[in-house]
Amino acid sequence: MSTKEVGEGKFSVKKFFVYFVLVGGALVSLFPFYYMFVMATRLNREINSVPPPFTPGTHLVENFQKVTENIDFFGAMGNSLYVATTVTLGTLFLCSLAGYAFAKLPFKGKKVFFVMILVTMMVPPQLGLIPQYYIITALGWLNDFKAIIVPGLINAFGIFWMRQYIAEGVPYEIVEAAKIDGCSNFRIYWNVVVPMILPAFATLGIIVFMHVWNDFLWPLVVLRDPAVHTLQVALRALNDARQMDYGMIMSGTFWATVPLIFVFLMFNRLFIQSLSEGAVK
Amino acid sequence: MKMTKKANQLTETKRTTIAAYLFISPFFILFAIFGLFPMIFSFYLSFFRWDGLDPMTFNGLNNFRFIFSDPIFYSSIKNTFIIGLLGTLPQIIVSILIAFALNSALIRFRNTFRTLIFLPYITSIVAVAIIFGLVFNNQPFGFANYILSFFDAGPIRWSAEYWPVKFAIATMVFWRWVGYNTIIFLAGMQSISKELYEAAKIDGATIGQQLRLITLPMLKPIVMFVVFTSTIGSLQLFTEPLIFLGRGLREEGITVVAYLWRDAFVYNTFGTASAAAIVLFVIIITLTAINLALSNLIGRSKRKVS
Repeated sequence: MSTKEVGEGKFSVKKFFVYFVLVGGALVSLFPFYYMFVMATRLNREINSVPPPFTPGTHLVENFQKVTENIDFFGAMGNSLYVATTVTLGTLFLCSLAGYAFAKLPFKGKKVFFVMILVTMMVPPQLGLIPQYYIITALGWLNDFKAIIVPGLINAFGIFWMRQYIAEGVPYEIVEAAKIDGCSNFRIYWNVVVPMILPAFATLGIIVFMHVWNDFLWPLVVLRDPAVHTLQVALRALNDARQMDYGMIMSGTFWATVPLIFVFLMFNRLFIQSLSEGAVK
Repeated sequence: MKMTKKANQLTETKRTTIAAYLFISPFFILFAIFGLFPMIFSFYLSFFRWDGLDPMTFNGLNNFRFIFSDPIFYSSIKNTFIIGLLGTLPQIIVSILIAFALNSALIRFRNTFRTLIFLPYITSIVAVAIIFGLVFNNQPFGFANYILSFFDAGPIRWSAEYWPVKFAIATMVFWRWVGYNTIIFLAGMQSISKELYEAAKIDGATIGQQLRLITLPMLKPIVMFVVFTSTIGSLQLFTEPLIFLGRGLREEGITVVAYLWRDAFVYNTFGTASAAAIVLFVIIITLTAINLALSNLIGRSKRKVS
């Protein structure tokens, strides 16, 4: 107790510094959200005046109605939801299956294959953008969600992540016991491994979902028809409209951001933990 | 009896091997089609003329000649590096400071602060660019210009002038990524033994000294990782300039990926776009090699000391 008091007196400068940095950082983080909300509740005329408004107005609903007149907001949200969910489920399945093979099954060339997967993580995806577009047109997948979903299933990080988790989290004895019972490798994966790695599914799932939800360049290239626009592409269309109505644009942005903030706050700890684990590993 | 058992075991290992190959094959098949083949095909395409519809025609080195004689291409490379540097360097310094503060034993509401500081990362880049597009609006009612007006400065035409464009885009990069990197640094700091700090405190070290003499040296591998991923990330800048500058993509703010996107999907010259992609590829490979060499060097000198 006494040492704590001494410490508190001695390090008050430090305490001030720490809180100064944290409060400052939190304010800088939050301000654009607040600003977005304020603008989403204001008419364009109010936003265009000097001084600009800094407190919420009363036109939240009205602005959103304008959004739905300009873009199919709920359609785009449905598209985003569909694409992100499909990619997430597919990725979890394929990554855990491959991760299981790398973690528990003996086979020739395991090391080489694994290193190859790690190497693909170093290659930036934009390099093949144009040929990828070419392939998608050749397959007839332009304006088709398959164009997002199928390439989206490639996830080297996910395989790496699942391998680490399964190697540590699933004991050999259980796999061996199942094998002696005559289970096929897939049955072992499905009935034994999958139930044991559900936490890993949750963490990787959130990361993948957020990535797909926020992705912009690739959907912009392959989803041209407004009927298949994802939320991000639709927002861009809203922002590109000839008549700049900032209240409307901010309203669309606000309602597109809110669901993600919600999901994030629900899984906050899991999410941050998994991201930092992924990096430190 | 013995024979059949052996045969059974053989088929068992064989079956396992086949299963393993099956389990890992989706990645390799998909990567071959949508990753490896496009990369190789990029090289091929960069020697052809193609508008996206008609048959391709061989064009020799003309695509490269074209982009290297296009001043906007040079601008795009320069912009990418300037914005990358402006957005990344301060960001790394600030995120180390915030992580250090978050890691301090004295604070309350640690999780709340961590959540708030991380929040920008979950926002989509499109949303970030739209919000900051209004913050950095050219008109006097834009937030930045309004603040400047108190100092009798501005209004600045943020999306049209050389440095303001870069500053605005770098701010977007900074804001979205600083929390993410803070979390990465924090994870690194938490793996540093508390005893080191205790010992330093007993010896009377100030926070500045603790940060400089304990945290930073122990954090070196993570710093290298963050520098590496941020560099590669900033070379791929696209969404911010496109949303902020619109389809016109003014020369003051165009980036390499935006340049190649516009060549392909606005001008329909896929050949020059591929050539630009190849140049970007060479730049990325070079930077990666430098990065790896540097981290090897640092790793080696560290081993010598210990």
